[in-house]
Amino acid sequence: MLSFNALALISVLYVALLFAVAFWADKRADRGQGGWLRSPWVYTLSLSIYCTAWTFYGAVGNAARSGLEFATIYLGPTIVMVGWWVLLRRLVRIGKTQRITSIADLISSRYGKSNLLGVLVTLLAVAGTTPYIALQLQSVTLSFAVFLDGASSAPEDLAAVALWVAAGLAVFTILFGTRNLDVEERHHGIVMAIALEAVVKLIALVAVGIFAVYWVGSGPSDMMARINASPIDVWALQPDRWMTMIFLSAAAFICLPRMFQVMVVENEDERHLSTAAWAFPLYLFLISLFVIPIAVVGLSVMPEGSNPDLFVLTLPLAFDQNALATLAFLGGFSSATSMVIVASIALATMVSNHIVMPIWLSTQSGGATVSGDVRDVVILARRASIAGVLILGFLYFRLSGGGAALASIGLVAFVGVSQVLPALIGGIFWRGATRIGAAAGVATGFVLWSWTSFLPSFGVEGLLSESVFQDGPFGIAMLRPHALFWIEGLDPLVHSVVWSIALNTLAFCAFSLASFPSPLERLQGATFVNIFRYSDRARGWTGGAAEAEDLLMMAQRIIGPNTAQRIFESEAAKQGKQGFLPEVTPDFMERLERELAGSVGAATAHAMIAQITGGASVTVEDLIRVADEAQQILEYSNQLEAKSAEQERTALQLREANEKLLALSVQKDGFLSQISHELRTPMTSIRSFSEILMSDDAMGDEDRLRYSQIIHDETKRLTRLLDDLLDLSVLENGQVTLNMENERLGSVLDRAVAAMEVRAGSQDFVISRSDVGEDLQLYTDGDRLAQVFINLIANALKYCESPKPRLEIKVGEIGGRHVVDFIDNGKGIPTEAQKLIFEKFARVTDNHAAGGAGLGLAICREVMTRLGGSIVYVPGQGGAAFRVILPDPKAEAA
Amino acid sequence: MSRSPEPVFLERQSYRRRRLSDAARMTPVVGLVLILLPLLWADQATTSSGILYVFSVWAILIAVTRVISKKLSDYEHFEKSTEEDDSGGGR
Repeated sequence: MLSFNALALISVLYVALLFAVAFWADKRADRGQGGWLRSPWVYTLSLSIYCTAWTFYGAVGNAARSGLEFATIYLGPTIVMVGWWVLLRRLVRIGKTQRITSIADLISSRYGKSNLLGVLVTLLAVAGTTPYIALQLQSVTLSFAVFLDGASSAPEDLAAVALWVAAGLAVFTILFGTRNLDVEERHHGIVMAIALEAVVKLIALVAVGIFAVYWVGSGPSDMMARINASPIDVWALQPDRWMTMIFLSAAAFICLPRMFQVMVVENEDERHLSTAAWAFPLYLFLISLFVIPIAVVGLSVMPEGSNPDLFVLTLPLAFDQNALATLAFLGGFSSATSMVIVASIALATMVSNHIVMPIWLSTQSGGATVSGDVRDVVILARRASIAGVLILGFLYFRLSGGGAALASIGLVAFVGVSQVLPALIGGIFWRGATRIGAAAGVATGFVLWSWTSFLPSFGVEGLLSESVFQDGPFGIAMLRPHALFWIEGLDPLVHSVVWSIALNTLAFCAFSLASFPSPLERLQGATFVNIFRYSDRARGWTGGAAEAEDLLMMAQRIIGPNTAQRIFESEAAKQGKQGFLPEVTPDFMERLERELAGSVGAATAHAMIAQITGGASVTVEDLIRVADEAQQILEYSNQLEAKSAEQERTALQLREANEKLLALSVQKDGFLSQISHELRTPMTSIRSFSEILMSDDAMGDEDRLRYSQIIHDETKRLTRLLDDLLDLSVLENGQVTLNMENERLGSVLDRAVAAMEVRAGSQDFVISRSDVGEDLQLYTDGDRLAQVFINLIANALKYCESPKPRLEIKVGEIGGRHVVDFIDNGKGIPTEAQKLIFEKFARVTDNHAAGGAGLGLAICREVMTRLGGSIVYVPGQGGAAFRVILPDPKAEAA
Repeated sequence: MSRSPEPVFLERQSYRRRRLSDAARMTPVVGLVLILLPLLWADQATTSSGILYVFSVWAILIAVTRVISKKLSDYEHFEKSTEEDDSGGGR
């Protein structure tokens, strides 16, 4: 027999291995080396979190008590997987196109992005999953207890084990489950660790099975004889339970939050489903293959009264097979941990998206446009939710005493989460299903489940007194928890499933038929039901007059600046525009909303965008567009559309070019008169002062010095202007020679900042830099690069109108290129001027005091082009923000 | 009612593909019926024969699904376009 400490050490080592695997998988995925991490096999294995510790240990116990009935728990999911073409394919496609983050999000999104439904489903999921987590903690504790062997198994020790397991799982889940807030809610590390655990539990159960069949018994035929002779050979097949359990396990397989998480949310590729369709049933087949043999052998070998739920562990131990028992222990441990990890991630996503975020948003007075990063709030909410869910599970485990009451909770949880099924199935196959119908159905199911399953699960004299079971609440016999509507004698499980699902479905259908959906619901309904026809062009609503810049600002806070800027840039490019600000078309709004939904859920994303667009709603035209979808399929109309879109794009480009030319010609005229002015002013003063010097002989030395000083300054100014012009023309003609050498980015910045400090003099101007990334080695012309930096800093110095001017210099990496951002806290540059600032005659204001000729940025652009990099203006950063994209080192080496 | 008129005859390949997806839809129904069949002889069922029946049905379902999904994804490879036959639920 292994000592407790040895077992604890093995568990810790095993968990360390899981950490390593998860860490490694995350790193690989980060570097874009998905490879076989994204294979259909990993997907299939990750589905195996369906098999929890409850099924790992409990299936044998169940088989020892009621024979083949244990198989129903696996047959239901088998039917669902085999029927992937009908249901799962649809679900996965919907999940992908609508950026669904959880089952609550799916329901809320389908029924008009209603947050009420999201909250309802979330509550149901929490109520159904918490006891389930408690059950996993209990099974780990029990399996530890088996090794503890009586004497030392004081209850305190066991509670400590559960506490340590819960704490360890919380750390693991928070580390890998909320590491980043991806636009796609995927966790490669966790999925990989779960796939590994799936292999461990399969091997463990098969190993114990082979041990039972070939070591204890002597082969398959002997095993059949043993089954024939065993007490469970009488297959007391109860038709009602057989049907109910198959239905229930199928329903739960679809609706369990953790199953939805791995099946839909973590799905990488729709095609993986076609492999999982047969491979996952095969996994279930192998898991169940040896259950009956283990049960039969256990019943005949183990002493009377031993717990059949632990045969998987106690059988090898009875034959002193310590290694096998440890493997079986790890199998059970894997089943428990993987379930808890995924379930708490799924629940945390729901709680943060449907409960915490809406509350947080409503407390923010400024609405969605205040600056600041929402991602921190979301991640914090997720972490707190994960910890909260695990604490709840642990408390439940402690309060329920970890006794027999927990054993039946697995099925109770199944019935609970299955209450989502009518709204889910109705939502994706029936366009007439409405929000009110769904809410009524889920609420009815919730109440009936609580009354007939959940509350009674605490046992007679648990939460309900015995008299309630006997005579009903307040003596109303119709409402007895195990005999609703006077129908007695049903199996409690069958009773609960039949009544809750039947009345749930009835309420769902009746209220759907009687109510009238809002336009958004109808659109979402059409999109979901016809997902295969609509997936590429799910149409939303026509937005109001939203400013692209406001939208960008908000998007940056939710999905991060880099991703947001990439989306805006690509959309602008698609429309044939340059820069970061596309036209705000309905298509774009729809796309943006879906991208945001990937992070914070559909309802929240919708609410945030609505805040900016002023609560824009669906128009009649949108509805008509959906109504005659058939027309849209006609090919010629598609072609016409494509052509006209093409023309529109060209027209837009032409219009843009024309506007630019017009603006430039105006600017050019302005520049010419300005440059003559700039040349004349110093000339005039030089001439007049030199005339004074020439004519006045009686002048004092002091005056003479002063006048010649003025003349000197003015000539310097002239020279600088001419230098700039010359510089620009040299750069433009490509006659410049670059002094390429190895330079550290930091030292170039140092030089630039030092030069500027001299020029800034006594002005109160703060330049903030962080050392991050400044160690970068560049092979470039350092002086030229410094010139660009100096120009940018000088610009900020000149034009930043804030009372406390501040310039932030950030080094970063975007899309594999190193960039340096210069962001000040002034007013920024108006949208219409942004396109022109890099042109050489451009000047945003007529601010002569600044004393430049509008050549600085033009020179910057030319220099960066020569160096192999570029410079752009980044809107929506709170002030003027310029981004210098450094030369690509790879291109240089080539 | 305003659906675009669909061609009566399809190319051989798309025809096969549609029948395959029909088969994929039928598999779970057939599987369910097979799994519920033991209810007919519930009184005299024994575990030793039941185990053979249940696991055979299971194995057959896995094999059939494997064949169908393999072929379906092969077809998918060829023609990615038409999903229009998929009007399983409402219009």
